[in-house]
Amino acid sequence: MSQLTLLIVFDAVLLVTLLVLAFAAVLSPEPRRAVMLFIAFGLWLSLIWARLQAPDVALAEAAIGAGLGGALMLAAARRAARTASRSRGDDAS
Amino acid sequence: MSAPAGLDRATERSRDLRLLLAVLLTLLGVALTLVYLIALNAGAAPRLADLAYERLPSTGVQNPVTAVLLNYRAYDTLMELAVLLAALLGIWALGPAPPGFQRSGAVLAAMVSWVVPLLIVTGGYMLWVGGYAPGGAFQAGALLGAAGVIVRLAGDPRAGLPGEAAQRWLLVAGVLVFTLVGLGLMAFGAGFLTYPPTLAKWLILLIEAAATVAIGAALAAAYVGGRPPGPDARPTAEDEDALTPAQTPANPPAPPLDPRP
Repeated sequence: MSQLTLLIVFDAVLLVTLLVLAFAAVLSPEPRRAVMLFIAFGLWLSLIWARLQAPDVALAEAAIGAGLGGALMLAAARRAARTASRSRGDDAS
Repeated sequence: MSAPAGLDRATERSRDLRLLLAVLLTLLGVALTLVYLIALNAGAAPRLADLAYERLPSTGVQNPVTAVLLNYRAYDTLMELAVLLAALLGIWALGPAPPGFQRSGAVLAAMVSWVVPLLIVTGGYMLWVGGYAPGGAFQAGALLGAAGVIVRLAGDPRAGLPGEAAQRWLLVAGVLVFTLVGLGLMAFGAGFLTYPPTLAKWLILLIEAAATVAIGAALAAAYVGGRPPGPDARPTAEDEDALTPAQTPANPPAPPLDPRP
């Protein structure tokens, strides 16, 4: 296989995986799982930015989009789950 | 199943809402794709990039991205910093922060004592390298923020940040220095944030350094998730935001009494 074909295959794999991760994150019923998929999505997206020769955007995406955004959303998901379980407990009593 | 009629109607309404959202989002996707295709087929128009490259030597930096962010469109970056500050004000308005996590064990503490200094040094490197290669204040600030997140996870309730009064200064540092530089340039007869080419590099570095500190502090403070806890805050062992029995959602607490006499 020539180098060009290899690159096209590589790009196709990148794109398809990105779409699968995006759909999985959106369709995931559980917030924690959705956030983890979103973090994976962000890291994958930064790979694609690097492939598009936009290293600045790739750095920002990996650091802010996936890293810190993910940490913030994980904390939010944990609190939301706790609030939900607490209000369920109140309904039962 | 004997659900009350009101509940049925509510679920029906939420289903309608979801359907409407799905249709609107699909339309938005189709519209964006159309615009993208039109833009692809429009051919090469005179682009701003050529002009940006041409004027690069007079911006004070060699990295075109930094030149756009801190020189050509410095105003946008100032507003971005203001947005970050506003977001943090919203988080602080949610109330006091939950106390945090229990103290880390020896293994995690040893790792933290290696990783956090490394992150801070890497942040400084990112800041400096932004002048001529990919990097810059936002990435550097994100690294500092990540260091704060790690410190908080390891048991420091304030994520390594100082007390509230000092924290406020750190948080506004970016917007403050940015605006002061702009106003100072105006005072010397240049436009707002129109740097003279001889000074541009150092002014940009000054702004970026302040912005890095502010972004790092803001991101770490956002992870803390509320007004900073006092110096005597005790991290609890298990429940991060355990409410006292009087504060359960079903039984909201009475508004605090006015402490003034």
